[in-house]
Amino acid sequence: MDIPYTVEVRRDTGLNNGKIGIWLFLASEVMLFGALFASYILIRTGSPSWPRGDTLLDVPLATFNTIVLITSSVTMVMAWASLMRRKFGTFRIYMGATILLGFVFLIVKYFEYSHHFAIGEGPSHNNFLAIYFTLTGLHMLHVFGGMVVNAYFWGPGAKLYQTNPVWFTNRVEHSGLFWHFVDLVWIFLFPTLYLL
Amino acid sequence: MSNPADVVHAQHVAHEAHHEELGFWRKYVFSTDHKVIGIQYSITGLLFLLFGFSLMMLMRWQLAYPGVPLPLIGGLFGDARMPGGTMLPEFYNELGAMHGTIMVFLGVVPLAVGGFGNFVLPLQIGAPDMAFPKINMLSYWSLFLGGMTMLGSFFVPGGAAQSGWTSYAPLSVIAGTGQTWWLIGMIFLITSSLLGALNFLTTTIQLRAKGLTFMRFPFFVWAQFVTSFLLLLAFPPLEAAGVMQLMDRVAGTSFFMPSGLIVSGQVLANAGGGNAVLWQHLFWFLAHPEVYVLILPAMGIVAEIIANNTRKPLWGYRAMVYSLVFLGFMSFIVWAHHMFMTGMGTAMAAFFQTTTMIISIPSVVILTSLLLSLWGGSIRFNTPMLFATAFLPMFGIGGLTGLPLGLNISDIPLHDTYYVIAHFHYVVAPGTIFALMAGIYYWYPKATGRKMNETLGKIHFAGSLVFMNVVFMPMFIVGLAGVSRRLFDAGSGYDFAQPTMHWNVVSSWGAWLMGVFQIPFIFNFFWSIRNGEKVGDNPWEATTIEWAAPSPPPHGNFAVAPQAYRGPYEYSVPGAAKDFTPQHEAS
Repeated sequence: MDIPYTVEVRRDTGLNNGKIGIWLFLASEVMLFGALFASYILIRTGSPSWPRGDTLLDVPLATFNTIVLITSSVTMVMAWASLMRRKFGTFRIYMGATILLGFVFLIVKYFEYSHHFAIGEGPSHNNFLAIYFTLTGLHMLHVFGGMVVNAYFWGPGAKLYQTNPVWFTNRVEHSGLFWHFVDLVWIFLFPTLYLL
Repeated sequence: MSNPADVVHAQHVAHEAHHEELGFWRKYVFSTDHKVIGIQYSITGLLFLLFGFSLMMLMRWQLAYPGVPLPLIGGLFGDARMPGGTMLPEFYNELGAMHGTIMVFLGVVPLAVGGFGNFVLPLQIGAPDMAFPKINMLSYWSLFLGGMTMLGSFFVPGGAAQSGWTSYAPLSVIAGTGQTWWLIGMIFLITSSLLGALNFLTTTIQLRAKGLTFMRFPFFVWAQFVTSFLLLLAFPPLEAAGVMQLMDRVAGTSFFMPSGLIVSGQVLANAGGGNAVLWQHLFWFLAHPEVYVLILPAMGIVAEIIANNTRKPLWGYRAMVYSLVFLGFMSFIVWAHHMFMTGMGTAMAAFFQTTTMIISIPSVVILTSLLLSLWGGSIRFNTPMLFATAFLPMFGIGGLTGLPLGLNISDIPLHDTYYVIAHFHYVVAPGTIFALMAGIYYWYPKATGRKMNETLGKIHFAGSLVFMNVVFMPMFIVGLAGVSRRLFDAGSGYDFAQPTMHWNVVSSWGAWLMGVFQIPFIFNFFWSIRNGEKVGDNPWEATTIEWAAPSPPPHGNFAVAPQAYRGPYEYSVPGAAKDFTPQHEAS
């Protein structure tokens, strides 16, 4: 038994199942991060004093990370575009680059985190650091999750390309949508935490 | 083979033929078939309902006879919980918190959404399965892990969570280890709901049969559709809140911890600066839509059964659908009516009491439409219909007694009293659970090919209806006298509670006797699998598409993909040969 519209689009909705699924998932992710941002605003407006982000955090490193993530979004699109042109070799290169850039992001984050812990400024230090660690930690989990999915499509999942290239391209597109979302969350996180 | 339907059928048979037979584990345990998953959800939900009810039956002893040792089984709980058979307040709090959590998140939601949604929805829209079968399986097993975490928390040092199902901070932050387990369990349950919700939505949008437009959906499908949106968008804020409370407990942050909090005479070492009311906002942002997650599938089930057993179309189908959508939307902006006592200020209170009054309108539209649907019908009073008709006045009582709680002024004396308990239990227990029972009796023949026994069903119904009211009606009286719902001894130490103490005895005996009347149901449920009356594909002579599939439906459901030619409730069409015209029958 096959599920209809896994690959082909349904005519009246113009979409396949995976596309709807991933957008609905992203809608719920918006609510997840939205609640955390809202909590940030509530706690910050309720505090008598609030540190500026750049007094506690490393802005140049985070700027570097922002560039890394934006670049990875570009390579993600290129990976998908290569599949659309049925150039599997180029797809592998761009997808590999996306995963590597994800790694770079996590490594930079590791240095930032370990610096905070080394000088005794963990999440319990104050509420600014509490929200910083919670938001960036959750974001890092998302980056990691996206990397796992991308690595699957780079490696074992790519077998599908041989039998059903359209389906495989769709899957990469959906994981790309998630990757862009993760990137977008960082675009909001960076000014909120580091600059304001 | 000139008929195209025959060709499709032949291809289908050929396709089925070279399917290898799945082993036991893949077929019944780690199945991706929506019907098996639906049954797994239902049985899990029913077992948790029974477990949650047992916790309550224990609590009812303490409330009826405060401080009296529990006879017979009192010794089983150990000295840490019930020394000499007398319940300690901490154990009472554990039972209370876990009763609420289990009934809502592990009992009613898995049964109403996971169980009925999974089993019935794809059949009703004529789909071969859910859009994402593997995600569906993952969703069930995530619920299972969440449930096991919750059960496991009873055995950690200090016992399970004790801060109420609402887990209000800062009490929940300074509580024992059980609360951490509760939070982790909730994260599993939330994940399960999210995966389920996006699956239901995609399935409904994409896999509905040809010709099945949205306005031809059975009302049950609409109810599940709106419910899934609520789950998808309201649960993540609780997940965020759960993560923050976990951080507060594990990493020592102060999201919900105010500065200078004094516990047992000592100032806590937290950094402080947090906001305890923030937890309430995030919690109720989920938990109010959650109330509609509990009630909407129930309304869907009742609508199906009423249309079927009155043998006439639903009265005001379109108005009901629009009300449902409006209800779903409004449920996101009423949450703070749970928080009138937090000192939120009159402007905020005025806003939320207004939205609360507005949301009662679509609820009343739906209830009234269901009531008017009975008018002039030749009603068949079988067991599903008895439960469905009883739903209407019971849910009516629950809904109407909610109005005084939604108004700021009258909420103040009633807040956190037994009145609140009586109100929402009328909505969920004789309301939703009656509807779920109706649904079990109604769709049981579809799942098994046999009907449940009618006589046992009627005994179950009569006992449940009488004793539900014996349990909950006295709570209105106790609550109006001002007795708080949190007291482990039912207020035996207070003068003002004395005149109502005897009502607790009535409630408790009601609860235990209601337990007795569930025995015919449990027996019937298992006995009928082998011994129930054998029936055909459409025993209730219903019009919706699920009855076009064989009973029980095979993997893939339909031999030929069905098509919808008309609306869902074409009963007693003038001039038609029979009194029902199925959606899937070409005219």
